[in-house]
Amino acid sequence: MIAPAVLGDRVDAVVIGASAGGVAALSMLLPALPLNSRASIFIVLHLPRNKPSVLADIFSPKCVLPVREAEDKESVACGTVYFAPSDYHLLLDQGPQLALSADDPVHHSRPSIDVLFESAAEVYRDRLLGIILTGANEDGAAGLAAVHDSGGITVVQRPETAPSPQMALSALKLRPVDLVLSLDRIAALLGTLGATGVPFQ
Amino acid sequence: MDAEVAGAPAKSGREFEIELELLIDAIYHSYHYDFRGYAPASLRRRLRAALVSLECRSLSQLQDKLLRDPAVFAALLDFLTVQVSDMFRDPGYFRALRRQVVPLLRTYPSLKVWVAGCSTGEEAYSLAILLREEGLLANTLIYATDINPRSLFKAASGVYDAGRVAGFTTNHHGSGAHSSLSDYYSAAYGRAVFDKSLKDHIVFSDHSLATDSVFAEVQLVSCRNVLIYFSRALQDRALGLFDDALCSGGFLGIGSKESLRFSSYADAFADFVRDEKIFRKRTAA
Repeated sequence: MIAPAVLGDRVDAVVIGASAGGVAALSMLLPALPLNSRASIFIVLHLPRNKPSVLADIFSPKCVLPVREAEDKESVACGTVYFAPSDYHLLLDQGPQLALSADDPVHHSRPSIDVLFESAAEVYRDRLLGIILTGANEDGAAGLAAVHDSGGITVVQRPETAPSPQMALSALKLRPVDLVLSLDRIAALLGTLGATGVPFQ
Repeated sequence: MDAEVAGAPAKSGREFEIELELLIDAIYHSYHYDFRGYAPASLRRRLRAALVSLECRSLSQLQDKLLRDPAVFAALLDFLTVQVSDMFRDPGYFRALRRQVVPLLRTYPSLKVWVAGCSTGEEAYSLAILLREEGLLANTLIYATDINPRSLFKAASGVYDAGRVAGFTTNHHGSGAHSSLSDYYSAAYGRAVFDKSLKDHIVFSDHSLATDSVFAEVQLVSCRNVLIYFSRALQDRALGLFDDALCSGGFLGIGSKESLRFSSYADAFADFVRDEKIFRKRTAA
């Protein structure tokens, strides 16, 4: 598509969804987030339930941005990375504010990528970037479609570069996607958050 | 079509918000259920699911139907209220109750426990089993309350799908159990029926944290994953009821991702088992 793209201030938020192989993928992406990014980053990574999530602890040392586990009714801070806690859905609410729910799993997943993406699309509309990475189920496809339908930017990891391509393939089937990229290109794109230059689209 | 209903309200976001407010008001005025203080994000998601299931194209259409047909409202109520919970969900919570709270509960001649927002009863039965194991159930009455009559009916029946029992058993074991969960139910026709001897100590009844008041003095309130669906104002109302209901030095357990931090009742309670979100009501100065 359009390359090289510079995100600059085009989006206020980034939502990322990943499942099998996601920790390795995020280890490539999150260190690329620049210190001057004003966008907030929300991440659902499927993990086994009934275990306290240690994701914030794992990624904190690798990021220049603050990394936290999302808390219910917390106001969203700029330039902060939020992980959904284990066994709860993470949603965005007007404010913007974080919300958690213990509703039924979606696609056998809690947290679910669809739940995060759909609620974020309602709040951020076209000021949202949605990214679907490696994963072995269909969660995230409907969510990325919602990002697309609200005028947000959609990115999917190139399926042939994903350890588990099913999530990417499901997302590509549902709607046209703006950018289909390998991980290093997605990292480069995230690196342009807050950058000056020709803005995206 | 489905994708549009379940997914993005691309063109209709603003309309949906207006219709939602009208629907919630209509429900309040015609059925006296008050969802006005519910946190919007989950409410929106649950209503979108209800639209698909109840085959309505918009919230206005749903409102039109439910004003004329109480059966439609009953069906909607299932979407707005029911959480599927597990028995002994978060075994660490029950382990902490057993090891740290039960020794203090033993000092009371008789016990009253309130499970607020009991849904289909899993938590009430879990507490009954735990108290039976600890030798306290004989002198205990558990009030299990919810706003959904269909949930309360299921809860009172104490019948659960046999497929869920393996998970219940694992959780029960993790709670530091010293008996087998199978001691408390009989299995038949793909269902597990929990003992009458447990039910004899549980009163299931209709109670709204949004509109009703306190009905008894209790030593323990367990209300988990209910407050996250409430706005801060409604959380405050519910916590005020718990504060009123609890005896001095009584205990309050909330969900692992819930907090008293932002509440005006934060000072009324002290951390008791911090990691498991168990609090103790401070004694009046």
